[in-house]
Amino acid sequence: MFAYVVGRLFATIPVMAVVAVFVFFLLRIAPGDPAAIIAGDDATSQDIENIRAKLGLDRPMLEQFVTWCWRLFQGDLGISIFSNLPVSQLIMQRLEPTLALTLSTLLVAVVLAVPMGVIAAWKARKWADRVVMGFAVMGFAVPVFLAGYILIYVFSIKLGWLPVQGYRPIGDGLWPFIERLILPSVALGTTYCALIARITRASMLEVLSQDYIRTAESKGLATTRVLLVHALKNSAVPIVTVIGIGIALLISGVVITETVFNIPGLGRLTVDAVLKRDYPIVQGLILVFAAAKVLVNLMIDISYAFLDPRIRY
Amino acid sequence: MTSIALDSEDAAPKGGVAVFIRRNPTIVVGGALMLLLFAIAIFAPWIAGDPLRLNPINRLRPPSERFWFGTDQFGRDVFSRTIYGTRVSMVVGFSVATVASLLGLTIGLLCGFYKSVDGIVMRVMDGIMAIPSILLAIALITLTRPGLAVVIAAIVIPEIPRIVRLVRSVVLSLRAQPFIEAAIAGGTKAPKLLLRHILPNTLAPLIVQSTYICASAILTEAALSFLGVGVPPEIPSWGNIIAQGRSFFLIAPWSILIPGIFLAVMVLGVNMLGDGLRDRLDPRLARRM
Repeated sequence: MFAYVVGRLFATIPVMAVVAVFVFFLLRIAPGDPAAIIAGDDATSQDIENIRAKLGLDRPMLEQFVTWCWRLFQGDLGISIFSNLPVSQLIMQRLEPTLALTLSTLLVAVVLAVPMGVIAAWKARKWADRVVMGFAVMGFAVPVFLAGYILIYVFSIKLGWLPVQGYRPIGDGLWPFIERLILPSVALGTTYCALIARITRASMLEVLSQDYIRTAESKGLATTRVLLVHALKNSAVPIVTVIGIGIALLISGVVITETVFNIPGLGRLTVDAVLKRDYPIVQGLILVFAAAKVLVNLMIDISYAFLDPRIRY
Repeated sequence: MTSIALDSEDAAPKGGVAVFIRRNPTIVVGGALMLLLFAIAIFAPWIAGDPLRLNPINRLRPPSERFWFGTDQFGRDVFSRTIYGTRVSMVVGFSVATVASLLGLTIGLLCGFYKSVDGIVMRVMDGIMAIPSILLAIALITLTRPGLAVVIAAIVIPEIPRIVRLVRSVVLSLRAQPFIEAAIAGGTKAPKLLLRHILPNTLAPLIVQSTYICASAILTEAALSFLGVGVPPEIPSWGNIIAQGRSFFLIAPWSILIPGIFLAVMVLGVNMLGDGLRDRLDPRLARRM
């Protein structure tokens, strides 16, 4: 077990190295002069020179790369071009809303999706199954921003139950915090929920066709016990895998959801940085999001060993 | 029936057109939706008026007989803009699916077949996959001037690793099959082996995967345009129509909801086509979904 965890941990190093190299060269091999593109159309040549010096683009490529990597190891993600603040500081300031949104979405999606998938598999080809599968197919098609605006329209404008937009830190009280997270979490979670429900159903169906399920049933165990203990537990690996895959979906969706609901998180930071062409921030955010994704995958890989003791690499 | 144990499904028998429709409702419905949207995209100039014409007197009008889908804050006809927006989504969906499939197929075939390239290329693919696709696309677009071709390229790059992995896994499993071993033992040259014996076996899963990539590309383009880094505002696309309607959502929700619904319908059509094709072409995968 220990060797497996350590092995997985080391396997993340080359991936992150590739991401770092990729992020570094992305700016340098772009067509045209990156400093001029970042400076924008109405920049003077002095502005362009300033940006070039700030990003270190005037020094030899190898020197740039070594300095960049060295700083990265120290947690230094560079300095924002416009605000002159360290990128790592800007990211830390915006971390809480994004973390809150991601975790609440994860919670909403998993809590809804797994029972939906179980019921669909149990009542396979009956109406309950068709309702769940219909939702799953629709969930894949509805873009996050459409779901977001429909929810705002119905629940905030027409019914007036929830605030339209915005975010309150958890320090301002629990209800104001939760109240503003409900709609964004549901909007962002729709696709994710559809994905998990679909895989849960498929994985359950496969397990339900096994002989030991028939045995468990015929020896008179309660249906719920067969479903939840015998079947669901053995369907866990694909479900956990897809929850992990879905994290990537969530991260992409966060950028859009934060824009729809005006949440001042990392997604807004990304969009604002892109519109101002503040490239150091974009670079830093790519590294942070990629690291988050790699970390989640690592946790998923490790969880396999607990969920299914047969898995040994 | 109280039993929760399931029987395996029966194999689908052959039949005429009516039978095909009955047996493959998702392909038929998905295909019909796509044909309809394709026709709308082609015939946009005949169906709709000028999507860019400003009409300040008729700003923010609700849907009516004259303006079927209402007007936006500049008095532009949302119906015309939505109809023209179909073109961008169609072009992006198809070109991303085609380009990503061809590039991914080539890289995947080579990686599965030549162990020397496999190690390095797959590490690069792992790295690209670790970066969330919208973020990578945004970063690529930041570095260039905005335009449709740039948007397409920026969506293609994050999609490639998915195809490479799929094709590579098919090639690896094929390499262990007796008919490939026989061909190698018989002295078949590598190019012929790849093109005649391996390539045809990768096509079914590739076609299925490329429909899903088409759907995800359409959504990504809309998201990028919504965020203001996609298609330039002078080309109406569902994403930038929604983006421009954002500040007026409370008084003119139609300019967000209607393009949004078109987008959802198109993605639904592509996905249904994909699901149907998967059931027909790739039964092994179908059973797992």
